[in-house]
Amino acid sequence: MGILLKIKNLYGGYRKKDIIRGLSFEVNEGDFFVIIGPNGSGKTTLFRLATRVLKIKSGNIIYKGTDILHMRLKEFCSRVAFVSGDISAGFPITVMEFVLMGRIPHLKRLQFETKKDIEIAQEKLILADALHLKDKCIDELSAGERQRVVIARALAQEPELLFLDEPTSHLDIGHQVQILDLLKRLNKKNNLTIVMILHDLNLASAYSNRIALLDKGVIFKEGGPEEVLTYQNIEAVYKTLVLVNSNPLNGKPNVVLVPGEKQS
Amino acid sequence: MIKRLTKSFLILFLLLIIAITFGLIKGAVNIPLADLLIKNNQPIFNLRLLRVIAAILVGSGLAVSGIALQAILRNPLAVPYLLGTSSGAGLAAVIAVIMGVSRMYTPLAAFLGAGLSIIIVYSLGRERGVISDKSLILSGVIVSVAFSSIIVFLVSVFGNEAMHEMNWWLWGSLQVFDHKLIALVAFPVLLGIGVIYFFAQDLNAISMGEEDAAHLGVDTQNIKKILIFFTALITASLISICGIIGFVGLIVPHMMRLLVGPNHKVLIPVTCLAACIFMVICDLISRTLFPPLEIPIGVITAIIGAPVFIILLKKGKRI
Repeated sequence: MGILLKIKNLYGGYRKKDIIRGLSFEVNEGDFFVIIGPNGSGKTTLFRLATRVLKIKSGNIIYKGTDILHMRLKEFCSRVAFVSGDISAGFPITVMEFVLMGRIPHLKRLQFETKKDIEIAQEKLILADALHLKDKCIDELSAGERQRVVIARALAQEPELLFLDEPTSHLDIGHQVQILDLLKRLNKKNNLTIVMILHDLNLASAYSNRIALLDKGVIFKEGGPEEVLTYQNIEAVYKTLVLVNSNPLNGKPNVVLVPGEKQS
Repeated sequence: MIKRLTKSFLILFLLLIIAITFGLIKGAVNIPLADLLIKNNQPIFNLRLLRVIAAILVGSGLAVSGIALQAILRNPLAVPYLLGTSSGAGLAAVIAVIMGVSRMYTPLAAFLGAGLSIIIVYSLGRERGVISDKSLILSGVIVSVAFSSIIVFLVSVFGNEAMHEMNWWLWGSLQVFDHKLIALVAFPVLLGIGVIYFFAQDLNAISMGEEDAAHLGVDTQNIKKILIFFTALITASLISICGIIGFVGLIVPHMMRLLVGPNHKVLIPVTCLAACIFMVICDLISRTLFPPLEIPIGVITAIIGAPVFIILLKKGKRI
């Protein structure tokens, strides 16, 4: 398995203030890579730099040996897709139309979607278990349905690498597991490399093969769940007391919160 | 989808031809179709033809500009005049009249005024090289209010002549006597429509949100700049010969969005045709309701537009 994404000494952020300050890590092909860290540690900013929404101040992001800034934007977006926690549609469009937008990086200007594009969209809707929604309007969907549709659109871009920024943030536990199972399946069966921000440390532990713990714009610790999710690391970064034991299901680290005040 | 598109296209095209025919034969005097090209009727035919062409340019230009602005500002209420063009043009025209500049140059003054106000709004709305939707809309509103108040001030000080000019301006007119002027305006309007259609796919993505569009490979900032430039060019050109004609740029895009959906690749051409039909009919009504008097075209578009819009809105479908 080769290196898919290599981030070298990255700096960047907003206006004069750098949020990301000298950050480096690598993502291998086939990774299920989860990024954790407290609010304001730069997770989302890192994603915005890596998906070319924000300007990189210095450092490089290398995708399969090519600096991403040297790739045409459409070419980049046909290899790397992004899923955010919440999407709001400006105009009421149907699920099918929404998913077809994922074909934009593959289409030329003024080119209508072909039969093939519609087939791809349908196929991705099936993968995301959302085909039955295809004629519904995007704003009639529940949060869980909407997230599956957004993932289907990202898949329609036919990416090799998928970034997800807290894809489960608005979902109940049932839907959280459903979405993460879906992503795991895509990761295993379709060889899709996944880089995802998650707040829930136990979900991160259960699904990822590698975790990066971000703190103040740099990587505090990076490695397998067992290496990163220790109570020392978590306390140092989150300033919160936790207890880490072993998940009875799979032996992976299980983080238990310790309430600050003694409960009676 | 393409099949359905061709069908609605054909229907609209047919309607447009019918509307144009009526626009040519009806008027203060009705001329049967067969007599239209007889030499005696030549002057009337020419005048009416110019009006129909003006109506088509105004309809297509304003409606397509409206679509583009509604998408890039992600605001369903965006109209072509949102960015201050109308008051800028009005102010410049009123000043030109007061200064006694020859009538011939009023369109030029209006065009420059519209251009100037866009430049002001655009530079106010930019923050560190990035155009933000909200500050763009806000500065558009502020510039419009400021310029309008100067217009009213000038009118109250200088009286009648300026007043006449302002009235004409506020409600618009399709009465263009000079075919060279029409040709001069047609070029930027048609070019602008073409450019906007060229970006139809990007408009689809941008209407979902700017950052989202960027993730689909759309260079939003540059496209926004290009589109703002061309909508301004279209609006400034049209306003310089026809004044402010309201509602077309708002209502026809929304009506068509309800009919064919929000996909800009379909929406733009369909709206373009529908707006032409709408304007030709409105012009026809404005000329034939109380001949030989002419009702300002803006009044007609509003009287027809508002109730149609309310009906569509109340029918339950969302805009």
